[in-house]
Amino acid sequence: MKTEVTIAGVTLKNPVMTASGTFGSGMEYGEFVDLNKLGAVVTKGVANVPWPGNPTPRVAEVYGGMLNAIGLQNPGIDTFIERDLEFLKGYDTKVIVNVCGKSVEDYLEVVDRLGDQRVDLLEINVSCPNVKEGAIAFGQKADALYNITSEIKKHAKQPVIMKLSPNVTDITEMAKAAEAAGADAISLINTITGMKIDINKRKFVLANKTGGMSGPAIKPVAVRMVYQASHAVKIPVIGMGGIMNADDAIEFMLAGASAVSVGAANFMNPYATSEIVDGIEAYMKKYGIEDVNELVGAVQE
Amino acid sequence: MKKEVTEGIVLSQKEIAPSIYDLKIETELAQDAKAGQFVGVYLKNKSALLPRPISICEADKVAKTLRLVYRIAGTGTGEMSTLKEGDSVRLLGNLGNGFPVEKAVGKKVFLMGGGIGIPPMVELAGQIKAAAAEAGKADSTEVYAVVGYRDSKLFLKEDLEKNAKVVIATEDGSVGTKGNVLTAVSENNISADVIMACGPMPMLRAIKKYAEENSIKAYISLEERMACGVGACLGCVCKTKDVDSHSKVHNARICTDGPVFDADDVEI
Repeated sequence: MKTEVTIAGVTLKNPVMTASGTFGSGMEYGEFVDLNKLGAVVTKGVANVPWPGNPTPRVAEVYGGMLNAIGLQNPGIDTFIERDLEFLKGYDTKVIVNVCGKSVEDYLEVVDRLGDQRVDLLEINVSCPNVKEGAIAFGQKADALYNITSEIKKHAKQPVIMKLSPNVTDITEMAKAAEAAGADAISLINTITGMKIDINKRKFVLANKTGGMSGPAIKPVAVRMVYQASHAVKIPVIGMGGIMNADDAIEFMLAGASAVSVGAANFMNPYATSEIVDGIEAYMKKYGIEDVNELVGAVQE
Repeated sequence: MKKEVTEGIVLSQKEIAPSIYDLKIETELAQDAKAGQFVGVYLKNKSALLPRPISICEADKVAKTLRLVYRIAGTGTGEMSTLKEGDSVRLLGNLGNGFPVEKAVGKKVFLMGGGIGIPPMVELAGQIKAAAAEAGKADSTEVYAVVGYRDSKLFLKEDLEKNAKVVIATEDGSVGTKGNVLTAVSENNISADVIMACGPMPMLRAIKKYAEENSIKAYISLEERMACGVGACLGCVCKTKDVDSHSKVHNARICTDGPVFDADDVEI
């Protein structure tokens, strides 16, 4: 039984990875799951310098999911290389670094710094809805996305995944722009911008007023977008958005995802990633599937 | 000790004051629980996904029981309040750092609790007493539990009395001093070398100021909305005076670096 998948020339032992921002760099959840078992660890977004993030409250539970407005708090690339990448060197899993910035130059600086590091893939965050500058500003217009993708491709030593926002009118336009600019893969969806109001206090629950929604309630939107995007481009699509278990992961693969990321599910079940790896294998055995790649885009039209 | 998700069995639950519930659970987590730590309680309602952070009121290592005393604040704690003897409950624990019990040994200490910040003081008083006895400093360790309630609907008073001298303040003046925990301190003319506190933010701010003005060391337990509970998501941060060694900015994670902080180190 073959569970390996290949994204832009990088072979993962299985299609299960973590969603950036929900898993740190694996240190915390390494107490619960064997990181060696995962296809890849996708680290929390890192910028050229430390970012303090947004004021609290930064998280709120909503029906079937949650909102977050962390605001990409991160320790900056220096600490990230010395501490987080060093930690990940101890594991037999692929390392995907999520990169964020306020300006194109910020992104390029991080991409350049990672050039000689043991990093397998870069995931470029042009879709975080919680910061005022950068991030989603590059991910909601096709021409802006095209421009930043081409700039990053000129600098990147590793293959580049562009992480797309669902907060757009037409996801296929964005997927095509990323592909045309040379992206090696795309990942989607990032969180959906939401809001929650406390009716007793008549106040916004999040200090940032809006936050990105994740969790099982967004899954149907994500599956639809993965389906549309994967039909619009030839590069691999990494699917995510509300994956709670192996059934959800398989649904994304059938929709067209070559690999999947598990995010908010970690908060609800710290063993989620590991259980999904097992669950996919069980599904393959049940249906006599020899190669997990057979599932990619295999929904019957 | 490693954090884990484990299935506990409910031994009993009762309402001990209006909307305040006393839940006893049989679980291995009790064996190495520290005063001031908390557990994440998962709900059965799958539309409410995040574990509820609930402080540990008492941990009986021998009987392997955890006692959680909490207030109904919303749908999650509302569901928790329906748990009955024999029910299973998924717990994530033990979380957070806990109070530095050793700093109270041989000292005069105030354990200050306000409202639903009172429960952790029960275990803390017990652990301080045990640590003091072990260090041969039982006589020089003096523990006051200075606790603030809204009104005469007191809870956990007898539990606190086992290991501390209890001083009470109520907002309406129906029991003890009318006012807050600091009013009670001044009215009773008592003092301490160390303060350990848990309660609402205005109370913690007042205690931080009081401790600074009187050159007393204070350890305060902070609260914030949490998601993961294990330090990964960076949802529950507080402002720190200096650049934090982990975050490299002026933020510390309440769930893992705290919830207990040296009051001098945080800006609240």
